[in-house]
Amino acid sequence: MSAMASPAPGVKTIFKARELGIVLALAALVAYTAIGNPRFLSGQSVRDILLNTAILAVMAAGQAVVVITRNIDLSVGSVLGLSAFAVATMMSANPGLPMIVALLAGIAVGAVCGLLNGVLIRYGRVPALVVTLGTLYIYRGVTYSWAGGSQVNADELPPHFLTFANDSLLGIPWLVLIAIVVVGGVSFLMRDFRVGRELYAMGSSPQAAELAGIRVARNLLGAFLLSGSLAGLAGVLFAARFGTVDAAAGTGYELNVVAAVVVGGVAVFGGSGTVWGAGLGALLLTVIGSALAVLDINQFWQQAIVGALIVLAIGADRLVAVRIARSLRRRDARG
Amino acid sequence: MAPVLEVVDVSKSFGAVAAVQGVSFPLFAGEAHALVGENGAGKSTIVKMLAGVHRPDTGTLRVNGADVDFAGPADAKAAGIAVIYQEPTLFPDLTVAENIAMGNQPLTRLHRVDRKAMNAAAARLFTRLGVHLDPSRPARGLSIADQQLVEIAKALSSEARILVMDEPTAALSGVEVERLFSVVRSLRDEGAAIMFISHRFEEVTALCERVTIMRDGRHVCTELVADLTVDDMIRRMVGRDLSALFPKQDVPPGDVVLEVDRLSREGVFSDISFSVRAGEIVALAGLVGAGRSEVMQAVFGVDKYDSGSVRILGKRLKPGSPRAAMAAGMALVPEDRRQQGLVMELSIERNVTLPRARKLARLGLLWSATERAEAHRWTQRLQTKLGRLTDAVGTLSGGNQQKVVLAKWLSTAPKLLIVDEPTRGIDVGTKAEVHRLMSSLAADGLAVVMVSSELPEVLGMADRVLVLREGRVAAELTRAEATEESVMYAAMGQQVSA
Amino acid sequence: MAERSFDAKRWLGWDTAIIALTVIWLVVASLSVENFGTSRNFTFLILDLLPIAIVALPMTFIIVTGEIDLSVASTLGLSSAVMGQLWTAGLSIETIIPLCVLLGAVLGALNGFLVTGLGLPSLAVTIGTLALYRGLAFVVLGDSAVADFPENYTGWVVGTINDGAVPNVLILLVILAAVFGVLLHATPFGRSLYAIGANAQAAHFSGIRVARTKFWLYVLSGAIAGLAGVLWTLRYSSARADNGAGLELAVVAAVLLGGVSIFGGKGTLPGVLAGVLLLAALQNALRLEDVSGQALNVVTGVLLVASVLLPNIITSVRGGRQRRKLRQATTA
Repeated sequence: MSAMASPAPGVKTIFKARELGIVLALAALVAYTAIGNPRFLSGQSVRDILLNTAILAVMAAGQAVVVITRNIDLSVGSVLGLSAFAVATMMSANPGLPMIVALLAGIAVGAVCGLLNGVLIRYGRVPALVVTLGTLYIYRGVTYSWAGGSQVNADELPPHFLTFANDSLLGIPWLVLIAIVVVGGVSFLMRDFRVGRELYAMGSSPQAAELAGIRVARNLLGAFLLSGSLAGLAGVLFAARFGTVDAAAGTGYELNVVAAVVVGGVAVFGGSGTVWGAGLGALLLTVIGSALAVLDINQFWQQAIVGALIVLAIGADRLVAVRIARSLRRRDARG
Repeated sequence: MAPVLEVVDVSKSFGAVAAVQGVSFPLFAGEAHALVGENGAGKSTIVKMLAGVHRPDTGTLRVNGADVDFAGPADAKAAGIAVIYQEPTLFPDLTVAENIAMGNQPLTRLHRVDRKAMNAAAARLFTRLGVHLDPSRPARGLSIADQQLVEIAKALSSEARILVMDEPTAALSGVEVERLFSVVRSLRDEGAAIMFISHRFEEVTALCERVTIMRDGRHVCTELVADLTVDDMIRRMVGRDLSALFPKQDVPPGDVVLEVDRLSREGVFSDISFSVRAGEIVALAGLVGAGRSEVMQAVFGVDKYDSGSVRILGKRLKPGSPRAAMAAGMALVPEDRRQQGLVMELSIERNVTLPRARKLARLGLLWSATERAEAHRWTQRLQTKLGRLTDAVGTLSGGNQQKVVLAKWLSTAPKLLIVDEPTRGIDVGTKAEVHRLMSSLAADGLAVVMVSSELPEVLGMADRVLVLREGRVAAELTRAEATEESVMYAAMGQQVSA
Repeated sequence: MAERSFDAKRWLGWDTAIIALTVIWLVVASLSVENFGTSRNFTFLILDLLPIAIVALPMTFIIVTGEIDLSVASTLGLSSAVMGQLWTAGLSIETIIPLCVLLGAVLGALNGFLVTGLGLPSLAVTIGTLALYRGLAFVVLGDSAVADFPENYTGWVVGTINDGAVPNVLILLVILAAVFGVLLHATPFGRSLYAIGANAQAAHFSGIRVARTKFWLYVLSGAIAGLAGVLWTLRYSSARADNGAGLELAVVAAVLLGGVSIFGGKGTLPGVLAGVLLLAALQNALRLEDVSGQALNVVTGVLLVASVLLPNIITSVRGGRQRRKLRQATTA
């Protein structure tokens, strides 16, 4: 009669398999690299990796939410650049401002950029690809026009701003703490709160979401607002970490962010994947980058590897989806 | 007793087309009320207005005596109206329980989604409906019948008192229809108001107390089912008597054109064998889901098959290639006109010449004049009513669209014509024309395979009836042997109750 | 049947508007911007738009079928890098050029396989190959540049016919544009592209080999991008791994500006050519007015978004007006 009680063996475990796979890959990679060069596991090296991951992870959390709704945000690299330059300029002109103001300012810049994206996508009915490809260049162009070829040097920035990157709370650097809070918080929101479940629903079936009375407009604007804000936050962290900020900051970052999200198990079709998976993806990508340097492999391979990983991850997702569909069809036919 | 929902003098137009004009009828609690009418009568527009998707241009809806104006689906839901569409709209990536509770999930004290409560609530609903489904499984992969049950559970969970079901049985097998009906009856007995849209009179008479008939966007009548015969209903739906609809002439069959030998595709159909001669019309009958369209789509090459063979005019046909099938002289008029048969945004002439484009080209180039002349010739032959050949084909009525599809395929001069639901969604006048056309084509030596869910059409037009059940050939009946009972018996595998 | 009545809708479409706008802009710019109308500037204009124009031709086909190829600029870069490497290795330019075009075709074939063979979404996949191919370009050539390409070739690329006003490459462009235009608008192949873009399922049911067609479109796109890499390298006499970075924006912007719908099934080649010319002429004029390169990108970005936003606004304004008229009519 009806399709029977328990789900197909492995359907539930598929949800967990991806994250587990990343952890295994990470472990294998770290082990391999450490054997080649034990300094890879030194305190300084681990710290560097975590600090670099932090910035990418914060952006990946926002991008994951956008991709889950079956959209994409290619403007995040430019938003990072705009925010980094804006905050750095602000801090060098007003050295007395506390760190929290810098963080809020960066988030605000990102929020405005993200909101503009959202409005054009929802109310202008322009596809996310077109909007964010356009704003990728518009926001970057604004940054360049503002900078006018100049840059903000590290010595122009107040010391408390620069040391923020290295200061720690209970031994964990602030940057890493922020990243953990962001990834954890957004994960929590997506998994356990109504608005998060609605975002998954919107990506799973946009038509069903409209019919179900879900407030699609509000949620979509929220998703892009979040993605922009987190990219803005990442911009502040970037400025604090690297000190010298020019108009080119963050160029090309969107590729890494998309890679982190896709590798982390968020399907480009939307509706599935987790934010903390995207965080793991960010970690994996950063570790790959460091491993390349430590193993003395040509650094130029990094971008190629990022590209290959995106393709492989999407291909793997598709293979899994096809296999699940086939097994479900076979089960129903027999049942 | 006051009606729980009233449609009052409602009209709605889309552009220049008046879909619904001045329609009024009441819906009472504890009653199943059928809404009947041909395609294009305006039923789905009414459904969409009840669902809050469209707003009436004039007139109003009244719920429990109070006028309502729905700004969107959420308002309709809040008013206690739940709509179950023909195509279930679930979220495949989310669990069944989550699908049911979406938008209204139970919350813990901290405003977190309470998964345990959600699953328990879903389990309770399923018990109430008398079905077995696992609340924590993903919605992806559920059969249509199960998806509909989830949709009904959704409606109950939002405490809907008014349930609108839009052609719910279209994709269900007999057993599943029975299960659905018992669920609907128990809901009705609990006091819900059910609006049941259907084409099938046997279902209307079996399930509903009241019926509203619409025609061409207008209200014809609202009566108690007990007061009308099926003939009455048909006459009011159609506006005229149905007579002489199936003028199939007797033609001596010629050579074998199509030979299908033990065709199989895992999980879909198996061991299908039959042959068709020139001048014959072979009908493929059976319930929805029996695999008829799938078999013919595999024969034509749109889909692949796992084993077996297809021979046309003695020569083995390469599987999985519609182009090879066309070259061998096959044509397929598909089931879904909008998604498979036509490209709605393209012009009529482009649609008509699409399969023959390469043959029409001279030195590789296509000239508009050639295309237009070709399209003009074929649409005239089929007496298609249209404005300009450059108009988008989507602007035509259903019947004329079907004529364009036929024109398109007939222009390829096929030896075998496969038609899948040739008269679905067409007005009665065009229906007769299509049947006459098929008959004369057969008389001219064309071999025809007709997939149809309309028994009268099958019995009237076919020289032989092939009945499929659950992917296998259940029976092969000659014109003399084929009756309503014998076909239904074979299709359902059980005796049909009187 | 009244076939002879004037079909206004066909003539007042977006692409006519763009063509008109392009002509107007050319006239305005020639009159108001200093040096715009000179033959020297014209040569620069054509050289600047050449890679965008030729890459936009197969891109139009791809977008009409409802897909996209964001990796074209990276294919251009990899082609340029390989060209540099092979030149350093001592191969003759006559061998190198076809090899680079072939390389482009192979890169396109990989895209085609991923999209049609594995059924992966083209947007995400070509973002991946965008990174992969550009990364490979850097692996091949690193940060360095290769110069000193043969003068007869570089001279031809930047030169004009008989030292006059017509750039040599314009001939190449015109021929390619004509071929692509005829293919799209006057052949069964072209018709099939529109059908695939509007309704791939119905196209399949009509005997069109959807997967195979899309595959070859990607191969074509890659080959043309490879050719663009060669031309770019010869124009600047410099092979670099980052050549053409960001070109995909200009190409997509030009194609959408030209009236091709991002959803597929609609658009014309003359419209795209006008879009390319308009974009290039705008950039050229602004550069003459000393506006920076980055600001030009802002303009391109805005035009890209506007090319989809404006038709949407027009449609909803028209719809609103119609609805208001209907309401007035029915309540009257």
